[in-house]
Amino acid sequence: MFNGALRGLRAIALEVLYNLRGFFGTFGAGQLFFLQILVNLPYALARPRLVVKQVYVAGVQSLVVIMLAGLFVGMVLALQAHNTLSRFGAEDTIGMVAALGLVRELGPVVTALLFAGRAGTALSSEIGLMRATDQLSGMEMMAVDPIKRVVGPRFLGGVIAVPILTVIFSAMGILGAWLEGVVILGVDEGVFWSQMQAQVELREDVMSGVIKSVFFGVAASLLAVFEGYNCVPTAEGVGRATTRAVVHTSLTVLVLNFMLTAWLLGGN
Amino acid sequence: MDSPGETAAATPGDGGEAGRTAGAAGGCPGTDNIISVRDLCYARGQAKIFDGLDIDIRRGGVTAIMGPSGTGKTTLLRLMTGQERPDRGQVLFDGQDVTKMKRRELFRMRKRVGMLFQNGALLTDINVYENVAFPLREHTRLPERLIRHIVFTKLQAVGLRGAWKLMPAELSGGMARRVALARAIVMDPEIIYYDEPFVGLDPISMGVVVRLIRRMNDVLGLTSIVVTHDVDEVSTIADCSFLLSDGRVAASGTPDALRDHHSDTVVQFMSGMADGPVPFHYPAPDYAEQLRSMRGG
Repeated sequence: MFNGALRGLRAIALEVLYNLRGFFGTFGAGQLFFLQILVNLPYALARPRLVVKQVYVAGVQSLVVIMLAGLFVGMVLALQAHNTLSRFGAEDTIGMVAALGLVRELGPVVTALLFAGRAGTALSSEIGLMRATDQLSGMEMMAVDPIKRVVGPRFLGGVIAVPILTVIFSAMGILGAWLEGVVILGVDEGVFWSQMQAQVELREDVMSGVIKSVFFGVAASLLAVFEGYNCVPTAEGVGRATTRAVVHTSLTVLVLNFMLTAWLLGGN
Repeated sequence: MDSPGETAAATPGDGGEAGRTAGAAGGCPGTDNIISVRDLCYARGQAKIFDGLDIDIRRGGVTAIMGPSGTGKTTLLRLMTGQERPDRGQVLFDGQDVTKMKRRELFRMRKRVGMLFQNGALLTDINVYENVAFPLREHTRLPERLIRHIVFTKLQAVGLRGAWKLMPAELSGGMARRVALARAIVMDPEIIYYDEPFVGLDPISMGVVVRLIRRMNDVLGLTSIVVTHDVDEVSTIADCSFLLSDGRVAASGTPDALRDHHSDTVVQFMSGMADGPVPFHYPAPDYAEQLRSMRGG
């Protein structure tokens, strides 16, 4: 029995080691891939039409999802804040609470998660399908580097789109909070806006959200294009790559959010 | 164009009697070779794909590379174009070793070649016109008027000038391959690689593609390498054929010479026999024994 337990532990240890090796291997490959994209970015910058198209695909086509999500997140935030703060007679501050929660935390994080689910999956599967249907090999055979022509513009499009979507998400959230707090729950409109104006700092609060969204945009776009570009060129491989892109992006965004929050609060 | 020789060669160990005469490597006549493959060895995992392969591709001709599925025909194209690296050996393109080229040199070499992929590999987010114009836009600074002229000339050559507005998803398999062919020749390459160009085509489309390959080769003065297992189609246009088997050239020569070949491998392939040196059954234990053991288990 003791031997059996030892064998089991050994198998678990080997599995963990194997996964760790895979993780560090992928992590290293991801960094090299990121470096390749950065080196080749001038190509994409010299062809703004390609980037604008990707901003449209990743950004504009995600607008409805982002706006709807922002509206309801803001409404829920106001409802919860009102429910708690009214016990202390501080329900007038829900505008400030909702705005701070949105611009500092929920806006960047939820936008990045939604972006991963909507645009990130589209990026991964599109590039993965290009790999599976020899379009990337075809480009290489035409002496065109797919990292320059395909990956770079898509990455840049995502990096530009996420901060803009984050701002829109937060704005819609605040609108939702106003709708719930002022229109439905009857909080005084003047107090709602003045509290928000007095307590939300542009540099500390709004900018911290924007900084986070830039990091999240880089992470979400990088992981999406990386998984798509390196997928196994089969239907199953593309599916797996798409799933990995969402899962890895979600985890990365949450971990990054903690690190960035600690860094930004530490700086204050 | 040189007239194809009426000879066939058998490689050592092939067992054929038809090793009558041959070129330096592979057996097709001609001294002006644009591609020479020397002692090529390549393995994927434990499986040896090529084991000392030698092939010469004559400049200006249509060369067919044939063989049963899984013999590494497409892999050979990928090795010839530097998409994969061999374990050993050389692929000389106009005297330069492709296997040792860096990425920049490979891209320089690829500007001189065109490739037609099995599925066309058209970019699905742009239309036919933009697909054909793609290499021109990437590698030249030609004015739009000239690009339009070149693109329509190439589309006219493949009979699809009227389809310039269509998206790849709106094309049939044969049309997609013709558009891909127009794209492959738009930079006026010296050599075109065709990877299974006849797969999945109806007889009309197949006939069109077969004739286009020959016509393009002759009119534009190209060298064409056609990887296929469609013996009948390629025999009508090839100047020289290589039959791959077991990681080597089993036989080479003109299509007629291959038909007269006496090697078991060649006879099985050319006449489409189900069983022979290439077995019908995947290696398996004795069936009766397997049934007995299943009953026992």
